[in-house]
Amino acid sequence: MTVSLDITRRGFVAGAGAVAGLTLGFSIPFGREAAEAKAAIDEINAWVVVKPDDQVIIRIARSEMGQGTLTGLAQLVAEELECDWSKVTTEYPSPATNLERGRIWQSFSTGGSRGIRESHDYVRQGGAAAREMLIAAAAKDWGVSASDCTAVNSVITHKASNRSTTYGKVAVAASKLEPPKEVQLKDPKDWKLAGKPVKRLDTADKLTGKQIYGVDLKLPGMLNASIKACPVFGGKLASFDDSKVKSMPGVRGVVAVGEDAVAVVAETWWQANSALQALPIVWDEGENKGVTSETIREFVAEGLDAKDAFVGNEAGDIDGALKGAAKTVEATYTYPFQHHATMEPMNATAKWTEERCEVWCPTQNGEAALAACAEAAGLSPAQCDVYKIHLGGGFGRRGAFHDYVRQAVMIAMEFPGTPVKLIWTREEDMAHGMYHPYTQCKLTAALDENGDVTGLRVRIAGQSILASVMPQRMKNGADMVTFQTLLPGGEHSISYSFPNLLVDHAMRNPPVPPGFWRGVNANQNAIYMECFLDEVAHATGQDPLEFRLKLMGDYPKNAAVLKAAAEGAGWGKPAPEGVYRGLAQCTAFASHIAACAEVSVGDDGKVKIHRIVAATDSGHAVNPQQIEAQVEGSFVYGLSAMLYGECTVKGGRVEQQNFDTYRVMTISEMPEVETIVMPSGGFWGGVGEPTIAVAAPAVLNAIFAATGKRIRTLPLKHHSLAKA
Amino acid sequence: MAKINVNGSVLDVAADPATPLLWVLREQLGLTGTKFGCGIAQCGACTVHINGEAQRSCVLPLESISESDTIVTIEGLSEDGSHPVQQAWLQLDVPQCGYCQAGMIMAVAALLEKNPKPSDEEIDAEITNICRCGTYRRVRKGIHLAAAAKA
Repeated sequence: MTVSLDITRRGFVAGAGAVAGLTLGFSIPFGREAAEAKAAIDEINAWVVVKPDDQVIIRIARSEMGQGTLTGLAQLVAEELECDWSKVTTEYPSPATNLERGRIWQSFSTGGSRGIRESHDYVRQGGAAAREMLIAAAAKDWGVSASDCTAVNSVITHKASNRSTTYGKVAVAASKLEPPKEVQLKDPKDWKLAGKPVKRLDTADKLTGKQIYGVDLKLPGMLNASIKACPVFGGKLASFDDSKVKSMPGVRGVVAVGEDAVAVVAETWWQANSALQALPIVWDEGENKGVTSETIREFVAEGLDAKDAFVGNEAGDIDGALKGAAKTVEATYTYPFQHHATMEPMNATAKWTEERCEVWCPTQNGEAALAACAEAAGLSPAQCDVYKIHLGGGFGRRGAFHDYVRQAVMIAMEFPGTPVKLIWTREEDMAHGMYHPYTQCKLTAALDENGDVTGLRVRIAGQSILASVMPQRMKNGADMVTFQTLLPGGEHSISYSFPNLLVDHAMRNPPVPPGFWRGVNANQNAIYMECFLDEVAHATGQDPLEFRLKLMGDYPKNAAVLKAAAEGAGWGKPAPEGVYRGLAQCTAFASHIAACAEVSVGDDGKVKIHRIVAATDSGHAVNPQQIEAQVEGSFVYGLSAMLYGECTVKGGRVEQQNFDTYRVMTISEMPEVETIVMPSGGFWGGVGEPTIAVAAPAVLNAIFAATGKRIRTLPLKHHSLAKA
Repeated sequence: MAKINVNGSVLDVAADPATPLLWVLREQLGLTGTKFGCGIAQCGACTVHINGEAQRSCVLPLESISESDTIVTIEGLSEDGSHPVQQAWLQLDVPQCGYCQAGMIMAVAALLEKNPKPSDEEIDAEITNICRCGTYRRVRKGIHLAAAAKA
């Protein structure tokens, strides 16, 4: 029932002449009966398995893709379970098992920084219920009342009779008991394991090459595939000439995949890809072949002044405020398409027969992968399963989209009974992203004689993610995700009060597929709002911190993180010579975050980001050292996007093909980051994404302080900051 | 049949001479710790040691390797994860998704062999591996920690 990729011995290649493959040993999960028999003995409940030797296996439904979700969720279960943390391991239940058991693990979706904040309640209940059952089993054995027994560190004690036992010894008996109807969860202030900076559970294997990713999978008899889909969005496969490649070494087949792609299948991936690159292919480029970045820019820009738009947030009378204003400030910003660029390219391994289809893949949502598998295979979900593997990066690319799973299944259908592993080249990955959407934004502030803001108008024009990806989640045609960090309340609430306000969206959807990209629309919107408010502060001669705080009376948690970041960086005190500071803050994914960046700009225009002080209030902090890691990583993701991130379109296709033309940050550009984790309690905020939103605006505002130049189009690489 | 020396063993490899070392390691020898990231020596996920130098194996054809070249992959850096760089990485919980880390660790291990106590500027110049999760700050701390441990 669970995936187990147990590599028995792979450390060193043993001896001269070792034959390929023999150093690998796998235990592949097949056979439901065996799995269920195992479950009956070991399983206390869906979340907890206890072995006779006190090893505890905690089941994790969400995916681990780098953000530490697996460790955080295990901490929460173990906290309530009162087990010995040093004996905890984890495993993924499979999505088909989830369906079979009435979705006992609920959602598998790992996105929107929701892994922990959406499931903390029921996973903790799972741990608490298992603890109660283990105690009850011991108490029953001893003939005492369970309420007189305590459990600590996997040891159950009945003090009055001076007896004790371990979880492993009573596990089988506990598994046969009725689960408690209700359990009391601990007050977070009593946590001993959760809330502490414990080490991740998944580190050791990532240091030795032992960790298996999807691209590493090897199944008996497996073939390998490389694929090309029409590089023009919406285009189709017209024809290909396989006579040129059929006889190349190792090639086992050349297959059309759906309407738009062709794959070569060979004994090794290198053989498959070599033949694919030699394969003459004719594309039917379709109606988008004339689309360019410029045509998209014009199409979207028209929306900046269009009459009709979806309203995201409204207060007072913005038209009246603008008419009656002593002064107005206006600016227009543009945000480009960007690519997820996970380090591990898209890949999936599929094995298909007429009765059953199985897929091994990195996925942020095992159930969505299962649905994609079943649909492509022409089978019911009950006839399929997906075995999840840790992801080599997700960032939103592998959650709502399982195009690579569909392709792998379609290819495997040409080789019934034989597993086929599909790996995309980096070039294929760049060409078929689900891109961080393109938007523009015009902001207009109404000011009174004192320079106080009496009204703000925010017009977003551009692409909707939901319209393309999840139209069922739209509200009367509107995509509320577009308004992240600008909404009237909720997890992406605006964090300023304006007496007169209008935030609206003129939806313009160019033919480039958009996707949820780590941070989603909070990234664009925080740049728009935070850079523009900085503009207004400067236009009215006000300190950017004081100016913001005046508008934040209704948002004390935001004000608290902003002050913490500013004070941490020494705002108001002299910076080192040549160093300038910039601020940004917002609410995203239910957390409140702020950053103060310190930047210098050389006479040659070279930007150096020296330090960023960041503050995060995520309500509860399950693992503070992992929050720090997420804050640091978010700066890398957000600053890579700000410095270099741009996919340009020409001939209906993305021009960038690899990391040479799609640059990202390296260590030499990494600033010092000081993370202030300041959980105020009472709510659960995400941490994997929110900080990305403040990365770019804090730095852009510091660049303005340094140079007097306002950057309103990204990425920064297009702008010269050199002294004239 | 080519012969290559990997992790202390001389091995026969049956592959087209143009096959990059990366794919020989991964597909012929089952050493999948070395990762495919870009195929054009940009990201560094495929970094291995050849005669002690960090090299990006995705662009090195098998025919460019001779039997006298000693190749070390992440699987051969230490038998049990005890190399000072691996130990520093463990202590600081450096990896996030972990996909780039084998290459990162190999690049750092080679740097420390040449330069046992690199400055931040030297790290900036030498370590150009890409990490999309953004572990760079801990990588830098890890390099200094490993350097201190080796000293």
